Amino acid sequence: MKWSSLTRRLGLAVVAFVLVAACGGTSSSATATCNPSTATSVTDCGGLDALIAAAKKEGKLNIMATPPDWANYGTIINAFQTKYGIKITSANPNGASQDEIDAVKNLAGTGSAPDTLDIGLKYALANTALLAPYKVATWSDIPAPQKEATGLWWYSYGGFMGIGYDPSKVPGGTINSLADLLGSGFKSKVALSGDPLKSNQAVNGVLMASLANGGSVDDVSKGVDFFSKLNKAGNYVPVVGTPATVKSGQTSVLFEWDYLSSSHGKDVQGWKIFEPSNAILGSYYTQAINKDAPHPAAARLWEEYLFSDEGQNYWLKGGARPVRQAAMEKSGKLDAAAAAALPKVSGTPVFPTADQQTAAGTYISANWAKAVG
Amino acid sequence: MAPFFVYVGLFLLLPTAIIVAGSFAATDGTFTLSNLTAINQAYMITSFVNSLTISVASALVGAIAGALLAYAVATGNPRGAIRRIVTSASGVLAQFGGVTLAFAFIATLGTVGFVTVFLKDHGFDIFANGVWLYKLTGLTLIYTYFQIPLMVLVFLPALDGIRPQWREATESLGGNTWHYWRYVAGPLLAPSFLGCTLLLFANAFSAYATAAALITQGGIIIPLEIQSLFTSDTGQSQPGLAKALALAMIVIVTIVMTLYTLLQRRTSRWLK
Repeated sequence: MKWSSLTRRLGLAVVAFVLVAACGGTSSSATATCNPSTATSVTDCGGLDALIAAAKKEGKLNIMATPPDWANYGTIINAFQTKYGIKITSANPNGASQDEIDAVKNLAGTGSAPDTLDIGLKYALANTALLAPYKVATWSDIPAPQKEATGLWWYSYGGFMGIGYDPSKVPGGTINSLADLLGSGFKSKVALSGDPLKSNQAVNGVLMASLANGGSVDDVSKGVDFFSKLNKAGNYVPVVGTPATVKSGQTSVLFEWDYLSSSHGKDVQGWKIFEPSNAILGSYYTQAINKDAPHPAAARLWEEYLFSDEGQNYWLKGGARPVRQAAMEKSGKLDAAAAAALPKVSGTPVFPTADQQTAAGTYISANWAKAVG
Repeated sequence: MAPFFVYVGLFLLLPTAIIVAGSFAATDGTFTLSNLTAINQAYMITSFVNSLTISVASALVGAIAGALLAYAVATGNPRGAIRRIVTSASGVLAQFGGVTLAFAFIATLGTVGFVTVFLKDHGFDIFANGVWLYKLTGLTLIYTYFQIPLMVLVFLPALDGIRPQWREATESLGGNTWHYWRYVAGPLLAPSFLGCTLLLFANAFSAYATAAALITQGGIIIPLEIQSLFTSDTGQSQPGLAKALALAMIVIVTIVMTLYTLLQRRTSRWLK
């Protein structure tokens, strides 16, 4: 019994070894025509067709922290797999930026390290040594302050902080100002979509409340005061809002990025998003390629795909505002219906810098427990 | 003996050593006391006070309710169904803490839990003054659900050690119930009762999963504070400070458990 299973395992090991050896052979022949791991643009790699061919030979792509219901990633991943026949492994979908950076470091040299990164700007800035410079074909459409000059990182998609809500659960079916939330009709309904001691999104939610209450991106204290009042009124719920808590009605009013909030429409009939005109707080996520990507060609092809008109419109359909939105609107390539479906925003958007967010996070850590304990 | 020391070394001494070393290390690995001094911040102290309050409250409630239940069981039929049901149920419920217990409360007493909704439909809003379930009151209530069964389990052996003959002896010497409790059973049971209360305190003080599953925002008690210091995405990650907090918890639990051992020793002299 033991011997037979041992020989079976040995047999499998031999087969696996032969397969691995065979794969190693093909990928080394691909690098002869194009060296994807050092290519800084698609022309470096002999054009898109050569890149596609090299990526198909790799046959796989590892991405991380991209949940299917986040900015339409589910659809994008499927579309990419169908179009190029490259299998995408989407690891730890609910992970954080730091998890991605940790994975790049800890899994370095293995076949399961993430190929591309979808991270907060702060993490890109702090880890440029891990990133490979690359400029997608549509590079010139991305405004200069939203990309690193040599191509180490560039903005991908983003949105504005909004207050999503179930109209059937709020008085009058509508929210017109942040002060409304302090009313008695909002008892135990208002939540943040993260822990403000840990999550950037939650920090930005508090920051938005601060803007709406006379604070600024440099002064989050008014936001903490607002949540303190909300808590005293019995309206604040210390539960991280997720699709599950929204669906069950535990968090009928939720501070969240608008592109994430819009996905609750499928669970809650008539879900609406309110964006106060005096507090338009915006933020973009950053894309980057792992310098030691196990599938360098597929990584670059994935970026080309995300920043093609098709990829950008997919993000838009998921309620995220793609970085090429303005340029595509000009060229007429933008999905007009999807753009019209975005929550209406009036006012001048503010984009807090990484330093301002860290300062806000530090203030919140020291004062949150006192405010809503 | 060797396997015992290997086990204790790997799972108790090694983690403790890592925490102690980490408490005194700066992010670049050099020696520092700043992690320990950083505990002296208003919100950290509040969390400590919260942790101590909830542990004391749930330990007292658990100890008194658990002791009464254990007494009822001990004076009943030693082979009866009630005793078997209560002890086995306690065995299960004492380990019921964590995500399952938190979920049970969210589903019943949460803001859209069925008990909450049922009462609301009948004109009674239990959260009229705010959602206390996610505050210290709520946590204390939830903790008693594993504290009471634990008390039954640890206090029952002491009650079983009390012999009926002692009561009969008190009565034949002219004592009444008050005398029996004041001079015989009370002094015999007090060390065990206090010891068990301390055990319950340590149990609540170190509990993490229940609170983490229930309160997903903010760190109102120390274990949650440690969690946010380890996993913060907002630049607040301070593993050194987290380890210093853990060290402070270890010190408190060590003191409590030493007192527990001393009291247990005193108890075992009489109740064999």
